Amino acid sequence: MAWHFDREAGQGLKLISPTLLYVLVMLAAPLLMVITFSFWTQDYLTIDTTPTFANYREAWTTPLYQVLMWRSLKISVIVTGVTVVLAFPIAYYLSFHVKKRKALWLFLITVPFWTSYLLRVFLWKVILGYNGVFNTAFLELGLIQEPLTFILYNLNAVVITLAHAWAPFAILPIFVALEKIDRSLLEAATDLGDSPMRRFFRITLPLAMPGIVAATLIVLIPTVGDFITPRLVGGTDGLMISNMIQIQFGKANNAPLGAALAVSSMVVIGLISAGIFLVGKKLGGRVR
Amino acid sequence: MKWISVKWLTVYAVVYMIFLYAPVILLPLFAFNTSTIIAFPLSGFTTEWFVGLWYTDTLHTALGNSMIVGVTTALVSTLLGAFAARASARFAFPGKTGIVGLIMLPLVLPEIIVAVALLVMLNQLGMPLSLWTVVGGHVLICTPFSIAILSSAYRGLDRELEEASFDLGESRWGTFRRVTLPLVLPGVISSLLITFTISLDEFIIAFFLTGTDVTLPVYIWSQLRFPAKLPSVMALGTILLAVSVLLLILAEALRRRSAARQGVDTTLAGV
Amino acid sequence: MTRKDDMNDSIKPMIEIRDVIKKFGTFTALHGITADIREGEFFSLLGPSGCGKTTLLRAIAGFEPPTSGTVAIAGKDMAGIPANRRPTNMVFQSYAIFPHLNVEENVGYGLKTRKMPKAEIAREVAEVLSLVDMKNYGKRKAHELSGGQRQRVALARALVMRPKVILLDEPLSALDKKLRDQMQMELRSLQRSIGITFILVTHDQEEALIMSDRIAVMFDGQIEQLDTPEGLYRHPVNKRVASFIGVMNFLPARVTALSDTHLTLGIAALGEAQVPRDRLGKDVNPDKIDTIGVRPEMLTVLFDQDERSQNKVKGEVVDTEYYGDMTYYEVRLPGHDKPLTISMRNTAGRSVVAPGSTVSVGWGIESIVVFGE
Repeated sequence: MAWHFDREAGQGLKLISPTLLYVLVMLAAPLLMVITFSFWTQDYLTIDTTPTFANYREAWTTPLYQVLMWRSLKISVIVTGVTVVLAFPIAYYLSFHVKKRKALWLFLITVPFWTSYLLRVFLWKVILGYNGVFNTAFLELGLIQEPLTFILYNLNAVVITLAHAWAPFAILPIFVALEKIDRSLLEAATDLGDSPMRRFFRITLPLAMPGIVAATLIVLIPTVGDFITPRLVGGTDGLMISNMIQIQFGKANNAPLGAALAVSSMVVIGLISAGIFLVGKKLGGRVR
Repeated sequence: MKWISVKWLTVYAVVYMIFLYAPVILLPLFAFNTSTIIAFPLSGFTTEWFVGLWYTDTLHTALGNSMIVGVTTALVSTLLGAFAARASARFAFPGKTGIVGLIMLPLVLPEIIVAVALLVMLNQLGMPLSLWTVVGGHVLICTPFSIAILSSAYRGLDRELEEASFDLGESRWGTFRRVTLPLVLPGVISSLLITFTISLDEFIIAFFLTGTDVTLPVYIWSQLRFPAKLPSVMALGTILLAVSVLLLILAEALRRRSAARQGVDTTLAGV
Repeated sequence: MTRKDDMNDSIKPMIEIRDVIKKFGTFTALHGITADIREGEFFSLLGPSGCGKTTLLRAIAGFEPPTSGTVAIAGKDMAGIPANRRPTNMVFQSYAIFPHLNVEENVGYGLKTRKMPKAEIAREVAEVLSLVDMKNYGKRKAHELSGGQRQRVALARALVMRPKVILLDEPLSALDKKLRDQMQMELRSLQRSIGITFILVTHDQEEALIMSDRIAVMFDGQIEQLDTPEGLYRHPVNKRVASFIGVMNFLPARVTALSDTHLTLGIAALGEAQVPRDRLGKDVNPDKIDTIGVRPEMLTVLFDQDERSQNKVKGEVVDTEYYGDMTYYEVRLPGHDKPLTISMRNTAGRSVVAPGSTVSVGWGIESIVVFGE
């Protein structure tokens, strides 16, 4: 009933301070350092600390980086779209049609996620390869005459692999949002004359929007940062900006440029995320 | 989606589950396959790849390293998670949304960004890379998971329960020991198991931040380049999967027991 | 304002609350509360949510130390004494039954803290459980109990500590109406038989009236009136208390003449009335009188046979509500828009008057409560 402000605030802050301190030292400070770093330059083995936009100029104007950045965004957006669209019916099925053993279903959905990430990506390579499971099986069944080649070492493979990797992260938020929908709202819509389809678009979908937005962001943001999947199954035209960031910090030994690329991709993805969040909020708030 | 029949949704769900499990099912298949080439058809049953693991010293070192990293990460991130979860479930304080948001940020931050940022800082401070720098990064990404698990445990803990204990003459420490701890303990163990599992599987941060001591995923990454080593990797992956699943089942059972103790509906909590 | 009940002043106070102020940041929850709660009485803190009643209860329990002012229990100042060392025990709104312990372990919780031998704990627990009629439920866990049973366990857990005071924070609000009525009676008779001081926080005026020896009515962090249930009902000190406790018809009124012993009131719709000066509350200044109140049962719808009432006015029945034993009439009088609520007992041979009928409304001067600004 009453707010126990003064004493409460002190206790709460005291309690959270160790965790906050850790995050400040280990996350906030390093992130600030990366930003600072991106304004410095690599001078062979030493770092020139004169502030400059040179790295950003290079990051934004070099055709290779532009291509990689565009491709990263394109792949991330496609992966996110595919993942969320594929995940929604599953979440819907679990929430509305599975009556018993919901927890078991949820558990089963998360199990594949606990296979070593590297191995999961590698196994997709095995499945999709020229002599892979998919091709051998389909050849055997006579469904195809010769091995399909368009499924490995390109964008398709990256999309399939990532859609698989992020599935539970897309399903769970949508499922939670659907679970929260008061079922009497749906009965009310029917009672007021909505057909099941109209009802779905007027009630269920808008109310599930927070979950859809959460799923979208949870998949989109880390996807941009993935460099394993493109490297293992993407071939040369599946490479993404993160591979370049990794190269700059590794072999190319140009950390400041890597930092500029990292900051740039974060800013871009941050803006896109904010946009998605706002659009989702608007769509969710308005029940048509 | 009533206009789509339940039958089609069920069919879709089954196909989706096949998609999810396709790689997972292949893992043990190839692990027990006699051929060193990872392709169909299977040539025969063998356990030699598993036996081989027993004699691979580099693997044992990597496993030991991963255990050190995993256990330390689990302990530290669960401790930090417990502080934050308790603070956010029980108290109102200024800047709460921002602070909790910052702590949960690694959940959505690409791991490469976390890795690169820590790498830059460590280099600037002149600190050598080691297993401890990996732990530093892993704690960062595991703490949000710990908070998510423990928050639901703490939320189920009605503040009036602790007040009742205090009102009945018990001290603060006694209240913690007799009421708070028994009620959140399953959540704490569940958090330890999950954070350990995440750390055990994590590659990107470990790849960037480890020095000469490699963790298990980094070891696997190095092995993936050698086709002859692939069956052993499959065997290793099978064992890892089995262990992860066992730990998860344990964590889930504990979480549910905790919820049941608190009389909370178990179907949605913790999701 | 406090209305003293002189007869009972000989009983020593169990709790003395003096000028208690409680602030949360900039918000003041309690604006200087002063009250005495007597030994062995059933005392209620009654008020709407947010009035500070729970804060006051928690200040007595030791959970919310006052910003200033003192709380003394059994003659001892409680300043600096935390909840776990006060001679009070609380029955929480949620009952706060420890979910990981069974009924016996819950009830014995505080005794174990006191390091009482196990056999003695078992004996005490069994005794108090049979007192609250729960002796067959000792091994049950919290989630295996109904709402009423949880309430009994919570009460037993407090009683077994043999506190000087038991504090009850809206203990019946989670129960359904029928069970609530039953628990009210049980709680009341239990309190009578063991004689411990009970302090009850409630927002339900009916509950407070039924159970309490005395009630403090609170609004906005202040005690508006502290009185017996009958005193509150019959002599509310102001309009706010009057409308919070039961139903009250309000009519505009002003003083038209003043003498040493009486004052004459002009009351809207009812007409003139002479009121003895000693009928006024001591806070009411004759110059400031603007309203009178009259309870529904103090008015009568006059039927042909009873013409004895001193005063009567004609009015139109706009609505009726039939309750079986009672009928509530809404009667509009000429010169006053808002219909008056009148309750009539449905005695033999008296039928309900239909809406639209014209009736006479009888009223007596002794039933009127006078309010100032």
